Amino acid sequence: MRIIASLKIAARALRRNKMRSLLTMLGVIIGVGAVIGAVSLTSGATKQVEDQVSNLGENVITVFSGNFTTGGMRGGWGSAPTLTLEDTAAIRLLPNVVAISPEVRDRAQVLANGLNWNTQILGESPDYPQIRNWDIASGSMFSDQDVKTLAKSAVIGRTVADQLFPNENCVGQTIRIRNLPFQIVGVLASKGFNLFGQDQDDVVIVPYSSHMHRITTRTFVNSIQVQAANDKVISVVQQEITDLLLARHRSKEQDFTVRSQLELMQTVTATSRAMGFLLAGVAAVSLVVGGIGIMNIMLVSVTERTREIGIRMAVGARAADILVQFLIEAVTLSAIGGAIGIAGGVGFSQLVAYFKDMPTVTPVFWIIVAVVSSAVIGIVSGFYPAWKASQLDPIEALRYE
Amino acid sequence: MPINTVIKLDAIEKTYHTGEVDVHAVRGISLEIRAGEFVAIMGSSGSGKSTLMNMIGALDRPTGGHYWLDGIDVSTLDRDTLADVRNEKIGFVFQGFNLLSRTSALENVEMPMLYNRHRIPSHEQRARAVNALELVGLGTRADHHPNQLSGGQQQRVAIARALVNKPALLLADEPTGNLDSQTSIEIMGVFQKLNDQGITIVMVTHELDVARFTKRMVILRDGKILTDEAVQNRSVAEKELQALRAEQQAVKLAS
Ligand SMILES: Nc1ncnc2c1ncn2[C@@H]1O[C@H](COP(=O)(O)OP(=O)(O)O)[C@@H](O)[C@H]1O
Ligand SMILES: [Mg+2]
Repeated sequence: MRIIASLKIAARALRRNKMRSLLTMLGVIIGVGAVIGAVSLTSGATKQVEDQVSNLGENVITVFSGNFTTGGMRGGWGSAPTLTLEDTAAIRLLPNVVAISPEVRDRAQVLANGLNWNTQILGESPDYPQIRNWDIASGSMFSDQDVKTLAKSAVIGRTVADQLFPNENCVGQTIRIRNLPFQIVGVLASKGFNLFGQDQDDVVIVPYSSHMHRITTRTFVNSIQVQAANDKVISVVQQEITDLLLARHRSKEQDFTVRSQLELMQTVTATSRAMGFLLAGVAAVSLVVGGIGIMNIMLVSVTERTREIGIRMAVGARAADILVQFLIEAVTLSAIGGAIGIAGGVGFSQLVAYFKDMPTVTPVFWIIVAVVSSAVIGIVSGFYPAWKASQLDPIEALRYE
Repeated sequence: MPINTVIKLDAIEKTYHTGEVDVHAVRGISLEIRAGEFVAIMGSSGSGKSTLMNMIGALDRPTGGHYWLDGIDVSTLDRDTLADVRNEKIGFVFQGFNLLSRTSALENVEMPMLYNRHRIPSHEQRARAVNALELVGLGTRADHHPNQLSGGQQQRVAIARALVNKPALLLADEPTGNLDSQTSIEIMGVFQKLNDQGITIVMVTHELDVARFTKRMVILRDGKILTDEAVQNRSVAEKELQALRAEQQAVKLAS
């Protein structure tokens, strides 16, 4: 028999018992809907974290002074006086290091334009925007020359620009940091909040040399940002930095920590993978439950329609025709259930995203999984009832009351 | 075998093995029916009429003997081929009409064409179904569902369904069993008209009145043929209907 004809028969049979069809589909609808909804929301969250991680820059390795794993360093990460500009210069010479910036941090009140603002003052090298993958919106980054001459040049973040120079082009203007006038040479593009919820645009960046000699009087840097040539060499470079610094510091204990963005990314990926397995488990259980519901109703339907089966056989339907008819009915049930589930799941996650201000992403992969598994559920749960129907004896089926 | 033999039964037997005792429902029936015949199979309840019809209709296989339908030895065919034989060569009419409920008359009539081995385009299916309905006088009721039709009309739909695949043989098991006498005569009129057009009909009935519309009467007893003879004083549906109407008129006038 032709598929179109079978589909028509199936559609009519399902329409005849609308409420029952809907209730039968409910298992699949809820199963698929819950999984798609949950996947959309967790994928959205994962995507957000991933974005923020890559927001840190590309192939970035950070060397912190102090050690995360041993005691004795009570000042917090980056506060122990162990990393120097000489360390930075040595790391710069390693192969596969394409950019480097020693980082010094401080907070200070910044004045300009009759306004003032408390913000973070970073000392960095001119490589910094490249390492952080951070565009300059207007003006430019200060230069190596500025570093050499301890220039009073500054690049400011969007937030600082908005606070001190509302509705004004600030490049070329002067700000005062600890009473020293710095000329603004550039404004950074907005980068938003980081993983920890801090406003990354609330920053003033000056040459590290100016920072260490003019704003503060430091001989040590808080951390060193290193950019590796590509993601494949990250761990190699990480190891080389560790070896190099161990040799240079000649200390018994490792007094620095080398972390890469890759590690952070791996943690995120591992978390989302675990989440994926959990969801797949939930999906499997709910789809099995949905499948049992379909099988149950199909068995009832075959019994109720015994006479119809007899009539069809009497006019020449083969066993295979009957099998296909009921199989298509079961698959139609589960496919419609799956489609409603997908739509419901996507709709639900969009609603949550809208009201709770959470990101949501529905991965195509999971939609395919939902479609395929609802089709499989239909075939598997419909097969036994359909087979039973096809094996009926036409005479007995015709006699059935 | 003569070319125009539609049915040839040779010592057909059917034994049911249920429970402790075997039931010999049909015990050695030999029968030949030619194209254009109109045969009534008669007999008391339990004499094996339905069992024989089911075998003639390729719904069931004999446990002994041979059966040739249109020259094919049906007694040896497998399930699927039997289904194809039913589809192509046989039209069935049942006592209980056996229409699909909540399905229009037209779709009921189209149904057998869904199972044709050769694909029939849907416009041709429609045309043939409409034709068959017109043939039984129901051309204007194509959209009606069985529950919107009288018993006689439902049986006409069933006849149209039986005819739609242009079968070699029309089989009817007690087609008037659920109908009043006037409607029964009308249905017999349809059968006579079809038979006049050359369609071979075999019909089971236990009513002599109904059997008298046919041309040949085969009477069974205990699974065997008791008598097999031509119908004398054959009833003609049109005349019987006229007589019936006249009678009804007379009753009305008298009261
Ligand atoms: N499926 C069956 N299983 C067992 N016995 C049956 C079956 N069908 C019919 N019979 C028996 O076969 C005999 C003939 O039945 P049937 O052909 O239906 O008679 P009829 O149609 O003439 O009334 C009866 O005794 C009946 O009980
Ligand atoms: Mg009977």
